[in-house]
Amino acid sequence: MDYASIIEILDSTVRLGTPLLLACLAGLFSERSGIFDIGLEGKMLVSAMMSGAVAAVTGDVWLGLLAGIGASIILALIHGLASITFRGNQLISGVAINFLASGITVLIAQSWFQQGGRTPSLSGGGRFHDIVWPFADQIGRIPGIGPIYQNLISGHTILVYVAFLCVPLTWWTLYKTRFGLRLRAVGENPAAVDTAGISVIRMRYTAVLICGVLSGIAGAYLATSLSAGFVKEMTAGRGYIALAALIFAKWRPWYALGSTMLFGLLEAISNRYQNIDLGVIVLPVQFMQALPYILTVIILAGFVGKAIPPRAGGVPYVKER
Amino acid sequence: MTLTKSLFGAATALALTAGAALAEPAVIYDLGGKYDKSFNEAAFHGAEKWAKETGKKFRELELQTEAQREQALRRLAESGANPIVVTGFAFSDILNKVAPDYPKTNFVIIDSVVKQPNVESVVFREEQGSYLVGMLAAMASKTGTVGFVGGMDIPLIRKFECGYAQGVKAVKSDDKVVGAMTGTTPSAWNDPVKGSEIAKSEISQGADVIFAAAGGTGIGVLQAAADAGKMGIGVDSNQNYLHPGHMLTSMVKRVDVATYDAFKAGKDLKTGVKVMGLSNNGVDYAYDKYNEKLITPEMKAKVDAAKKDIIAGKIEVHDYMSDNKCPVTID
Repeated sequence: MDYASIIEILDSTVRLGTPLLLACLAGLFSERSGIFDIGLEGKMLVSAMMSGAVAAVTGDVWLGLLAGIGASIILALIHGLASITFRGNQLISGVAINFLASGITVLIAQSWFQQGGRTPSLSGGGRFHDIVWPFADQIGRIPGIGPIYQNLISGHTILVYVAFLCVPLTWWTLYKTRFGLRLRAVGENPAAVDTAGISVIRMRYTAVLICGVLSGIAGAYLATSLSAGFVKEMTAGRGYIALAALIFAKWRPWYALGSTMLFGLLEAISNRYQNIDLGVIVLPVQFMQALPYILTVIILAGFVGKAIPPRAGGVPYVKER
Repeated sequence: MTLTKSLFGAATALALTAGAALAEPAVIYDLGGKYDKSFNEAAFHGAEKWAKETGKKFRELELQTEAQREQALRRLAESGANPIVVTGFAFSDILNKVAPDYPKTNFVIIDSVVKQPNVESVVFREEQGSYLVGMLAAMASKTGTVGFVGGMDIPLIRKFECGYAQGVKAVKSDDKVVGAMTGTTPSAWNDPVKGSEIAKSEISQGADVIFAAAGGTGIGVLQAAADAGKMGIGVDSNQNYLHPGHMLTSMVKRVDVATYDAFKAGKDLKTGVKVMGLSNNGVDYAYDKYNEKLITPEMKAKVDAAKKDIIAGKIEVHDYMSDNKCPVTID
């Protein structure tokens, strides 16, 4: 493996890790407030569909992004309504959202475009294009760090940089602001937060909304940056991988960056090398594809540290009377 | 007991005769979806052509999940549809089980062989068509490296890959073929994001022509190739129109002809195995107004000569599925 291929794999890692990172941070906000969210997949899917559709119709990718976020927020609100207001089971609500998204995306896209549940191919202003950083060509000629700047740092779409900026932002919000403190508290001990005179319901709704925005960006990234249009079920399980990454990261933002990029790297390697020859044994590609899930199981089994979810996660809050 | 039985039998007989009176043909699309711009869509076009010509109606079902296969098949058979065309190898086990239960209904399976007296199995010589597009790829490539992206990793897709690689090596024996499969589950047919990543990775390895045999995933592959200014090769349906100037050709597999023929034959369908290759226009490479500038007369002459030789048996293209081995190396 030469230097250029390593850079290429890392570049691919960033592209593939970005939707996972956004979805993972989305899940982080929601779960830190005590609302489990396995509906990330569904939210990403509706956002991918709406952003693809609106970008195709208007020719403006920013409108597409907004529409995608809007669609994702609607599903987030449904989840919030079911699990916060009506105190329903959060897992069941999440599953319902995934099913709803899987069906409704194809239905809407089909009745809108008659292309069998896909949206028309995007071109020009309908897509996010790669941003080339200043002097990328010149710096790229410097051996060693040049290619890192030219290929790895420069040349991604704006949403990639947004995703990466979200990491310190999330960290800051969570650990340095009053809102963050309350958010964490609401996921650990909502009764205490309530005693302090803060509305648990409102905190949780805010968290669910932030989750909707972030998974909306993740979905729009899939349809308008990585590919040019929506195809049914195009999230292909990325929402679940993001959940696995969230557990792997133990619900912490910087670790989320690490775990999602690790999963992105595994996917990039399996895309590039179908079977990995280690000399002694040959690792089949199936093994690489299953690795994220295997790693998650290992983490959950407690082999590599312990992953403790927010204590009040999954429990609807009932105010004492 | 006997009374119930005979009543039941009478009811069934009635239902059967009522169904036979309808006898509309039907087609079931596999998980890739009816409008995959590729395999299933070709079947749909064949059915549509038949409907237009005869003015009759046909029935269709689009599978949503793996679990619906048997249910969908039985439902159509019980409603009296005849013949029933199913697209895709994934139907073979189910059809093998269901077909004996409806001896009066004819079934057609595309891409697989099911040995039942009322089943026509249509198989294509994909390796022949892939061989031709492989030759074109090798002639169009400037880097000496060409790519292949498959959908789900199944022997059938390996057959495409192997035929393609043989065609490439027939033109330039030291050209490199980089090949990759998208995945091992049916979702590999519908993951354009992954397809585009794999294409990018192959482009970074020097590939400048990429053949996508991956259903909906192929859309991402062809998009990535066009975005990078490289060329793509479509599959099953003629996909040349997708990115004019960046589509070298398409390996067309006439699923539409197979479906049309079956619908046309109706109840007189001839069961057994039907092989569609270059000789009976079952497979071919696409040449139309979208790619006529990319294929020079010399290239065309060379490929057409190879086509004749294959039909005449002078060139033997190895079929991967005959022994699960490929005679040429794929990186």
